[in-house]
Amino acid sequence: MSDDLTRMTAAEIAALIAGGEVAAVEVAQAHLDRIAAVDQSVHAFLHVDTAGALDAAKAVDAARAAGTVLGPLAGVPLAMKDVVVTKDLPTTAGSKILEGWHPPYDATITRRIKDAGIVMLGKTNMDEFAMGSSTENSAYGPTHNPWDLSRIPGGSSGGSSAAVAAYEAPLAIGTDTGGSIRQPAAVTGIVGHKPTYGAVSRYGLVAFSSSLDQAGPFGRTVLDAALLHEVMAGHDPCDSTSIDAPIAPVVAAAREGAELSSLAGVRVGVVRELGGEGYQAGVVASFEAAVETLRGLGAEIVEVSCPNFDYALAAYYLIAPSECSSNLARFDGVRYGLRVGDDGANSLEDVMSITREAGFGAEVKRRIIIGTYALSSGYYDAYYGQAQKVRTLIARDFTAAFARADVLVSPTSPFVAFGIGERIDDPMAMYVNDLCTLPASLAGTPAISVPCGLADGLPVGLQIMAPAMADDRCYRVAAAFEAATEHVLASIPELS
Amino acid sequence: MNYADVIARYEPVIGLETHVELSTASKMFCGCSTEFGAEPNTHTCAVCLGLPGALPVANETAIESTIRIGLALNCSIAAWCRFARKNYFYPDMPKNFQTSQYDEPLCVEGYLDVEVEGNTVRVGIERVHLEEDTGKNTHVGTSGRIHGADYSLVDYNRAGIPLVEIVTKPVPGTGALAPEVAKAYVTELRNILRTLGVSDVRMEQGSLRCDVNTSLNLPGAEWGTRTETKNVNSLRSVERAVRSEILRQAEVLDGGGRVTQETRHFQETTGDTRRGRSKEEATDYRYFPEPDLVPIAPDPDWVESLRVALPELPAARRVRLRDEMGVSAEDLVQMSNAGVVDLVGITTFAGAPVGEARNWWLGYLAQKANERGVEPPDLPITPEQVARVIELVSSGSLSVALARQAVDGVLETGSDVDEVVAERGLKVVSDTGALEQAADGAIAANPDIAAKVRGGKLSAVGALVGAVMKATRGQADAAAVKQILLDRLGVGS
Amino acid sequence: MPDATEPSPGPRVDEPVGRLSRADVAHLARLARLAVTDDELDIFAGQLDVILGAVARVGEVASDDIPPTSHAVPMTNVYRVDEVVPSLPREAVLACAPAVEDEKFRVPRILAEDA
Ligand SMILES: [Mg+2]
Ligand SMILES: [Zn+2]
Repeated sequence: MSDDLTRMTAAEIAALIAGGEVAAVEVAQAHLDRIAAVDQSVHAFLHVDTAGALDAAKAVDAARAAGTVLGPLAGVPLAMKDVVVTKDLPTTAGSKILEGWHPPYDATITRRIKDAGIVMLGKTNMDEFAMGSSTENSAYGPTHNPWDLSRIPGGSSGGSSAAVAAYEAPLAIGTDTGGSIRQPAAVTGIVGHKPTYGAVSRYGLVAFSSSLDQAGPFGRTVLDAALLHEVMAGHDPCDSTSIDAPIAPVVAAAREGAELSSLAGVRVGVVRELGGEGYQAGVVASFEAAVETLRGLGAEIVEVSCPNFDYALAAYYLIAPSECSSNLARFDGVRYGLRVGDDGANSLEDVMSITREAGFGAEVKRRIIIGTYALSSGYYDAYYGQAQKVRTLIARDFTAAFARADVLVSPTSPFVAFGIGERIDDPMAMYVNDLCTLPASLAGTPAISVPCGLADGLPVGLQIMAPAMADDRCYRVAAAFEAATEHVLASIPELS
Repeated sequence: MNYADVIARYEPVIGLETHVELSTASKMFCGCSTEFGAEPNTHTCAVCLGLPGALPVANETAIESTIRIGLALNCSIAAWCRFARKNYFYPDMPKNFQTSQYDEPLCVEGYLDVEVEGNTVRVGIERVHLEEDTGKNTHVGTSGRIHGADYSLVDYNRAGIPLVEIVTKPVPGTGALAPEVAKAYVTELRNILRTLGVSDVRMEQGSLRCDVNTSLNLPGAEWGTRTETKNVNSLRSVERAVRSEILRQAEVLDGGGRVTQETRHFQETTGDTRRGRSKEEATDYRYFPEPDLVPIAPDPDWVESLRVALPELPAARRVRLRDEMGVSAEDLVQMSNAGVVDLVGITTFAGAPVGEARNWWLGYLAQKANERGVEPPDLPITPEQVARVIELVSSGSLSVALARQAVDGVLETGSDVDEVVAERGLKVVSDTGALEQAADGAIAANPDIAAKVRGGKLSAVGALVGAVMKATRGQADAAAVKQILLDRLGVGS
Repeated sequence: MPDATEPSPGPRVDEPVGRLSRADVAHLARLARLAVTDDELDIFAGQLDVILGAVARVGEVASDDIPPTSHAVPMTNVYRVDEVVPSLPREAVLACAPAVEDEKFRVPRILAEDA
């Protein structure tokens, strides 16, 4: 029974709990048992909150017993990326510099999760401060891909994607700055969505790149992701960049997409610049097959060109490091977190530098230095300023493309999961993982990754992009595609 | 070194940078209170401590106040502008960047006219922008100063309080009057801010802080290298700082040296400036638009409504003092020399007779300021409070002597006039029985004076009145006492 | 790229590594308050120069007439009402701190003047 519970979708679990056929506590315990059984090999979690999870589950069961109408995901377990602030629970963002920090407040999405009766199992592993595409940049050791433990689970939200793929949790929350939800979803064979910038509150996300960061859902099905999306999204007065508008009806869109299983009248744009040379053959093959599936569902396939997408990588690796060099300045060992070198003789300036040197990993230092350079007087216009203009051009490319297509599609990542350690010493080789996901990040537009088959026995992701505020289009097309294809997770090898 | 001689050989150019803490209820980007003097770190939250994940939301009243200041300083208001991050590491700055404004200030291109010894000097305003204040460091160690301190303690209550920065253009051509012009500018600016009600402009509490830029050049030559003098905490210090810096730079130049561009710190005690951080070593602030805040685009109609709703400003008030209240030109000059003209104005327009207001500010209050070594506007008493005192006198509930005690009470405790009056039980004794008793006592104690009065030398009664006032601790009405004495001595009319 | 294993001769001020010299990296690390080691300097100087070479491509786009995008979603005038809301309990705030004295955050002696 408990094994069955971990194999169910969030929607199924919620229905069973609401119907009184199973207690939320049983569901929580089943997942805690699964974590105990497999996580030493997967290492998806940095912190498991057994007591907190069981208490939250008990509260749901009590509410139901008292006749309270439960929310659509009440009692469903969830894995939270450790970049999201959780009151009185460790929040490290994968960094040594925040080791032992217990925040005195909750992120807005943490509060929404709790209010919805969702059961938070714990905090998941990630690339330090969300900088990476493999979760190897965690100060607490890498996470292993449940498809092949010698490979990476994607990043930076690799702990969350691995937890969902390994049936340790039916739902997880990640954050996506340049692809950190979509690429991990792709390489672990699950669904992950990056919402429109401003659709989900950033209040309480340990900031990496403020103008790009966006939290979003992971699930094993499109509907599960949609259900979580609607809990997370909505205006937040604590986030000045939060959009004050109704939430896109993503759950309805996911249901409709699956039921109609037709895309008649939907124009799907294939982006010429996101494919071809440098892309793994198996990935290209799966993608082309996926496009044929969409055509088979009645979609009209058009080719679109977005020439400025070729500059997305360059613009991103100026903007994100620049903003991070400023966002990470606060980690100085004065108010919270690590302090090193305070021997009574060292000056404050020295202690700050020693603390930051000891507390940050190599990739974080590299990006801080690049960002410091790109913002320094004399270089600002050539680097940061110019990158901001490229951002405008990329947004214009999207506008032009969306005049000809309702959604745009591409592979989510040029590659399937690569081996742990393969690219860690070559930053550029790591950065190209984000080639396909960066444009939507820079334009602030929504994009989803849905499994579209296997290459060399490893999952490949299909990215579906929509205009800002039209997140529902991503879900509708993804759900229709999902309904028309066999789910890759059916063939994930069993973890011993 | 002789000042007049220096001015004969060099031309000073001054400029002022003023930081003003706004008197909003809550901080710039969070809901923490801005109340002064609270227990350390009790007005802090995730936002103003820069905790990971916290985000700012701008205080609408602070935006409004900044625009009103800009309008009062004849600035044009930006149609669209942004906050920017000023990046540098300092422990009193929780995020290690200050949310400020860079190349897109909220207000630009204004001016402020100031009167100095009869002539008007127009001080150009380059920009007025909005930013956040920092926390406060206490340096612990033998010296108690930053140099030679063993360690420091940080209180973040002040961090995030809205701070408006007002920057003048360089002011050349003021010659010997440079120090007075600098002081007159800060005085007038402070009057305007007080009139707008946007700040309590307490220099001693740091809610108005001034940096003074000074340079010297030979007549006709281009402007010299400027120094920036910080830590100028009173109107008097503004004047002293400019003067001492002019003298110091002249000495350097006379010695064939060159003035280095640097920050200097004014020493209240010695009256001169001490070398601080030199600009050459200054860090690159790496400004960029604040991504956590959206642009400011003030609705033109809103800005216009703010302009229309501006209160009467000090300059207009002075004109009205002259034209409506009939204050003579000489009086105005005397008052402005004493730095009280606006205080008298506000006191008058708060309901006091202009003559009374003038006498209080030029008399007792000027004397009090002198005793404390501050300028009258620096006294911790408001013109409104003075007007209230005057009201209590004319209504007869306070004698002039009692009124002075009331003023002393306000100056000492900072509490309001009526509180002081109540706490100290200040009220005129009108109980004739008690007064007659005191009068008899005075007559008995001074038989020879009493005899003189009986003998017709009525002027001598003054001494007896004094004795009675003394006995009643000033709580009696002198006129009434005199009448009673004359009656008792049988010479009453 | 310098061999990271060779014993580092210490800061070599005038040794350009393409666009970003080792000295540049050392200066930037100081600005960013990172006490990087000589070995890191050797590795970073090479890596950062490669990255900079790649990102410098943004310069190829003609863009004099293109407005920069600082915010993906265009919004203006987002404000809060000037109301006091309760601060955090002081114990909770100071509990996070590495060092506390007299209810204040204790820090080592400060060299620099206020900026
Ligand atoms: Mg400033
Ligand atoms: Zn606060």
